[in-house]
Amino acid sequence: MELNAITIGFVVFSIFTLGGGFGVVTTRNLFQGTIWLMVSLFGVAGYFVLLSAPFLAAVQILVYIGAIAILITFAVMLTRSVTRIKSRYVRLVPSFIGSLALFLVLLLGITVPIFGGQLPEAAPETVATTRDLGAALVDENGYVVPFMLASVLLTAAMIGSIFIARDENA
Amino acid sequence: MDELCTGLCRLMVDSGADAGLAQFMSLLVGVLLVSGVPLLTVILLIWIERKVAARIQDRIGPNRVGPIGLMQTFADLLKLLGKEDITPTSADRWLYNAAPLVSFASVVLIWAVVPFTPFHYGVDLEIGALFFVAVASFGTLAIMVAGWASNNKYALLGAFRVVSLLVSYEVPLVFALLVPVLLAGSMSLLDIVNAQTGMWFVVLSPLAFVIFYVSSQAETGRAPFDLIEAESELVAGFNIEYSGMKFGMFFAAEFLHVFTNGILMALLFFGGWLGPLYYESPLIAFGWLGLKGGLIYLTTLWLRNTVPRLRIDQIMAFNWKFLVPLSIANLILISAALKALQEIGWAPRDFVGAGIGDLIPTTIIMLLINGAMAIYLLGFLRKRGQEARRESLTARAALAQAAAE
Amino acid sequence: MVPLWMYLAVAAALFSLGVFGALSRRNAVAILMSVELMLNAVNINLVAFWRYSETGAGLLLNGYAFTAFVLIVAAAEAAVGLAIIITVYRNRRSVIPELAVALKG
Repeated sequence: MELNAITIGFVVFSIFTLGGGFGVVTTRNLFQGTIWLMVSLFGVAGYFVLLSAPFLAAVQILVYIGAIAILITFAVMLTRSVTRIKSRYVRLVPSFIGSLALFLVLLLGITVPIFGGQLPEAAPETVATTRDLGAALVDENGYVVPFMLASVLLTAAMIGSIFIARDENA
Repeated sequence: MDELCTGLCRLMVDSGADAGLAQFMSLLVGVLLVSGVPLLTVILLIWIERKVAARIQDRIGPNRVGPIGLMQTFADLLKLLGKEDITPTSADRWLYNAAPLVSFASVVLIWAVVPFTPFHYGVDLEIGALFFVAVASFGTLAIMVAGWASNNKYALLGAFRVVSLLVSYEVPLVFALLVPVLLAGSMSLLDIVNAQTGMWFVVLSPLAFVIFYVSSQAETGRAPFDLIEAESELVAGFNIEYSGMKFGMFFAAEFLHVFTNGILMALLFFGGWLGPLYYESPLIAFGWLGLKGGLIYLTTLWLRNTVPRLRIDQIMAFNWKFLVPLSIANLILISAALKALQEIGWAPRDFVGAGIGDLIPTTIIMLLINGAMAIYLLGFLRKRGQEARRESLTARAALAQAAAE
Repeated sequence: MVPLWMYLAVAAALFSLGVFGALSRRNAVAILMSVELMLNAVNINLVAFWRYSETGAGLLLNGYAFTAFVLIVAAAEAAVGLAIIITVYRNRRSVIPELAVALKG
């Protein structure tokens, strides 16, 4: 593995992703946890750029940092008194052992060829563009049905969450 | 390597430098230039804004430091740098100090995709328009973080108000932004400008421009949507605890954001660098872009200094009950009309390279659609205005009667 | 290029972090954040497999499109989930899922 822009980017974004993820599960302060979550998801967006899916990276930042981060902060503020937004842990040891075991099993499956077969080392040269994705999403042999369903789901989620979170007394 | 290495890089390689080093150096120069241009303009912008505001308010404005006050911003900069750099004891130190940086970076990052001329741009992303929206969301997060990390109730309340405003106005902004993207068939800003050689998009879809203009005015927190500042009723909102250069960063970010939006509107709707003789020299092209962006910027200043501030409920009602439905209807109508026109062959499939002659039928029909919508909207607004006036008159009469009794 | 297994390893680590958070936290908002971590780990996998597949990256857009749908579902999930959390808090003054047991027989 030679040292070039992509490998440097990979290392940097790995630090973002895993460091942020570690921050999410270890900080007791929920607001800081939200910020760590955003750091982690920013790293994931960086991966998408490295994997030549820039559209997904932009949508990732727009959806998570632009919308979900704000939603979570509002939820954190609305469900706790602002000055003590600490959270507690339960089952700390069993869940740590369980998730560590899960990670080791997954790592084994990835790295040992017996389980996963030989993984490709290099990616093909040709890459689909955002234009191809757009065409595929509305192609009747492509993803037009899931696309429609997704828009129905979003509308339903929007109406549903407004209805659920509405205060009847107000 | 070869296609990546042009211009300055080529020059360095020819004079005997290492190819990798030359490429790195030229990229570094590019990055410094792209981020340096906005940093320098903001110094001038603050002076322009203060002068214009002063003239509108029948004052003279800064006139002491330097010729016609041009050096005033530097004096202010020195003052801000010399101030005590306070971090409140109970603040979240890391987040408190990071928020101004993120806020300023979110604006400077937009300039990475702004094409100054057909050949001079930071990077031509295939998702340029989406990039600009995505990057702007960092600014929203920075405000939220600033409000929370200051550990001050007023800062937090101010941040809540601002964030709800910004998140709401992002919706019509994106829907209006989709209209140029739809017409050009591309999200790259370079392609969007090139698609306007025949006709500027502001002519094809004036309504989308108006929506974009209004919501970007809200996004930058300028009057009539300046809940961010609201000097006379709030204690400065989310940045109350900030002092010195950290406050200066928020301040500069806001000023720069207004000008950046002007440039973006010039690119998306007014054909960017297109104008007489733009192909002769990059300087002329850059001049056209600067002129258009600057004029739009001046109108935002004009608007800022002439309209009163709205209440938060009025702002929200205007957005969700008027601007969002309007922007969705506009997008649907424009896309349906464009598709229909392309099917019957009156509109070109690809706007790039289409001359003004090819676009005449499209322009006329698009203008008719926009005009019909505008007439309906004006009627609607007139009716609403009359109702509101009647209500306030009855309320006032009731009050007067109560007082008399 | 970075070999595929490295992306998968990072995704596995992120997923395990998410599992740990979801199991060990008491606050519903924190659990939701851990779930988002897991969803993103899956997204990394989907895009990485899509990018490295032989037929790939050219014509078949399965991984790419599927990730877009996962993003949509994640957005819907966050909106509805947070709305439910806020309502539960309003009624029971608590965001601890174990305490919301009104339907327990």
